[in-house]
Amino acid sequence: MRVTMNITSKTRYCRSGIVFLLFLQICIPWRLYAATPSLDEIIRKTEHTAYYLGNDGSARVKMTITDSQGRERKRRFSILRLDQQTEQQDQEAFSGNQKYYLHIDYPSDLKNTVLLVWKNPGGDDDRWLYLPALDLAKRIAASDKRTSFLGSDYLYEDISGRGMNADSHELVETTKDYYVIRNVPKQADTVEFSEYTMWIHRQTFLPVKVEYLDKRGKKYRVYDVLGVETLQGYPTITRSRMQDLVSGQESTMEFSHIKYDRGLPEDIFTERYLRNPPNDLLR
Amino acid sequence: MRLPPFSGILLVLIVLCPLSTVLAGDPPPLPAGLGAAPPPLPAGLGTDVADTGYVATAPAVSQVDVSGFWENAAGTRTQNDPYERQTSLLESRLQLSVELPGDTLSMKLTGDFLYDTVAESHELDLETGEGFFDLREAWLFYRPADRVDIKAGRQTLTWGTGDLLFINDLFPKDFRSFFIGRDDEYLKAPSDAIKLSLFFDAVSLDLVYTPRFDPNRYIDGSRISFYNPATGSINGRDNTLDASVPDDWFSDDEIAARLYTNWHGYELAAYGYTGFWKNPAGLDPVSGEAIFPELDVAGVSGRGTIGPGIGNAEFGYYHSGDDTSGRDPAIANSELRFMAGYEQEVARELTLGLQYYLERMQDYDRYRDSLPAGSPARAHNRHVFTVRLVWLALQQNLRLSAFNYYSTSDDDGYLRAAASYRLDDHWTLSGGLNLFYGNEEHTFFGQLEKNSNVYTKIRYGFESF
Repeated sequence: MRVTMNITSKTRYCRSGIVFLLFLQICIPWRLYAATPSLDEIIRKTEHTAYYLGNDGSARVKMTITDSQGRERKRRFSILRLDQQTEQQDQEAFSGNQKYYLHIDYPSDLKNTVLLVWKNPGGDDDRWLYLPALDLAKRIAASDKRTSFLGSDYLYEDISGRGMNADSHELVETTKDYYVIRNVPKQADTVEFSEYTMWIHRQTFLPVKVEYLDKRGKKYRVYDVLGVETLQGYPTITRSRMQDLVSGQESTMEFSHIKYDRGLPEDIFTERYLRNPPNDLLR
Repeated sequence: MRLPPFSGILLVLIVLCPLSTVLAGDPPPLPAGLGAAPPPLPAGLGTDVADTGYVATAPAVSQVDVSGFWENAAGTRTQNDPYERQTSLLESRLQLSVELPGDTLSMKLTGDFLYDTVAESHELDLETGEGFFDLREAWLFYRPADRVDIKAGRQTLTWGTGDLLFINDLFPKDFRSFFIGRDDEYLKAPSDAIKLSLFFDAVSLDLVYTPRFDPNRYIDGSRISFYNPATGSINGRDNTLDASVPDDWFSDDEIAARLYTNWHGYELAAYGYTGFWKNPAGLDPVSGEAIFPELDVAGVSGRGTIGPGIGNAEFGYYHSGDDTSGRDPAIANSELRFMAGYEQEVARELTLGLQYYLERMQDYDRYRDSLPAGSPARAHNRHVFTVRLVWLALQQNLRLSAFNYYSTSDDDGYLRAAASYRLDDHWTLSGGLNLFYGNEEHTFFGQLEKNSNVYTKIRYGFESF
C-alpha cells in the first residue's frame, strides 16, 4: 500500500516535471520569438528609457571633450527635466512634450548661464538662454538640432532625443542581449548621416551602442554607454561617450546626483527661475 | 528513460541560440551595470522606491562660490581725434565674484578692480564706476513666499525684447564701455534698487524701485567725443559735459514695472516707468548745465516663434513731463518708439537677426519753431535698421559676430564687429572693431565718427569648486 502510494507520488512528480519542461519549451520560444516586441514597440520603449524615465528627473553632469591631441575641455552643468503627460497618459508609453532646465557651472565664462527648453516633438522647440552678467533672458531661434551641444561631440538631438518618426526602422537581428536596429532617415537632406545602427539592450531597452554611417556608408561617429546603474528602479545611463572618428575627438558625459520623480513643479521651467535658479534642486 | 515531448525542439533551440549570437556579428560587450544578472526591478515602479542614486552621493551643502576673471585690454582710435587721446582702451581688470546660492535666500557680491590708464579721473565713484573699483553687484535675494521674490541691492536689470536696442528697458546703460570695446556685459550699468516680483497663475508682475535716480553712464566727452548742441561743436576730454544729476534720495526716485505672461510660448508684456530721461535731455537755461528732465514711459511688447525663427515687436510712449507742449527748446519732446525684429538660424551655427527701430518725435512743428536759428534739426522720424550675424566655428570655440546699426533718416551708422576664441577652459582671446560713420557731425552715430577704434583683449577666467 505504502509502496503503491510512493510510486503514485513519483509518477505525479514526474508528470509535474514534464509539465514544467513543457512550460519551458513553450515559454522559451515565446520569449525569443512570439513575444518579441514589435519593432514599433522596441523603438518606442527605447525612446522612453533614453529620454522619459519617471515623471521627472534631475542630474548633475560632467562633460569632458578630448581632442585628438589629448587636450581636454570640461563642462559641468545640472539638468532638470519634466515630462508633460496628462494623468490619463500611460507614463511608460509617454514620449511627448517635455521641459528642460539646464544650469551651467563650468567653465567660468558660462557660469550661471541657463538654457531653458520646452521640447515639442511635433514641432519646433521653444528655447531661452539666460545670460547672468546682463540679466538677459534671451529667446533663441530653434536651431538645426544637429548642431553641437556646448561645443561637444554630442548634438542637441542626442541630448533631447531624435523623434522616432524621423527615421524608418528595421530590426536587423536579435542577439542574446540586443535588438539590433538599423535606422534610415526619412529626410536624408536634413542630416549628415546616411543611417545609424542601434544595439538596444533587450531587458532594459537602453540603447547601449549607436554607430552612424556617413553619406558614403563609412562609419564616422560612435556612441557607447560606459556605465549603467539601476536607480529608483530605472535603468539609468551614468556614463557615456561620443566619438568622432574623423577628427579623433571624443566627448564623455558622467551623470551623478541622479534623482527621479521628485515632483518638480512646472513653474521651475519659467522665466522666474531662469533669472533666479532653484539652487536647492540643482545641487 | 522517456524524453518528454517537444524536447527535440528544445535541443534545436539550445544549439541555435549561440549560433544566432555568432550570426549577429559584433555585438558590444555589456557595459558595467548590465551584467548577465541585471539588478531586479523593485516591486512597483512607483515613487516609494529608495533614492539609491541621490542618497549614495549625499546632497552637497550650500557652498560659497568664488569666481572671476583677469582681463587685459588695449585699443586705439583708427583715426586722429583732436579732442581725445589716440589710445581708446588700455586697462587691466580683475573681477571677483562671491556667491552664496540658496533656494530661498541667496547673496552675491561682484566687484572689478580696475587699472585704467586712459581715464582722466581716478577718484573712486561707485555711482559712475570711476576709479580703481567698480562695484557691479551687491544683492540679497529672498523668496519669502511661494509667489514672491525680492532682490535688493546693487544689481543688473534687463527686460524688453530688442537686441542692443531698448525701449521699455530704462535701467542704466554704460555707453562709454560699449563704444570702446569692453565686454558686452558692461553695456549694462548696475542699478541700486529693490525688485519685487509677484507670480500669479496667469500673469507675473515685476516692480523695481530705485530710491535715487541711476542715470546712464552717458557720453560726456571724457572718453568719447560728441556733438554738443548747446555749443554747436564737438566736445572732448578738455570740455566735458557738465550735467546736474537728480540725486535726492526718495524724491528723485524711479519706478519701473512689468506685467508679463507666457501664452503657449508667446511672451507678452506691458511696461510702465516713471523717472527721468536716462541721458541728458535738456539744458538748465540759467546754469547752462545739462539736465535729466522728467520722463514717464508706457509700453508693450510681444515675442514668440514665427516660422523658423523668433519674431519680436515692442512699443513705448515717452512722455517728457517737463515739456508736455513741445514748446521748450531746452527740453526733449515726447516720443513714440517702436521696433520689430526677426532672428533665424540661416545655416548651421550661423544666425541672422534683423531689426527695425523708430523714434518719432511728438509736436515736431513746435520743436522746429522753437529751435534756435542755425541749429541743425533732428529728423521727425528717426529710422534705424540693424543686422546681426553670429557664426560659431571650431567646436564653438571661435565666435564671430557683426552687428550694424544704420539709420536711413540720419544717413549714419555704427558697425560692431568682434571675434573671440576660447583657447582653453580659462583663456579667451578676443578682438574687435567699433566703426562709426555718417555725413554730419550732429547725427546720433555721425557725431562719434572720430571715435572709431579697434581693440584686443585677453582674459583668464577662474572659479573655485
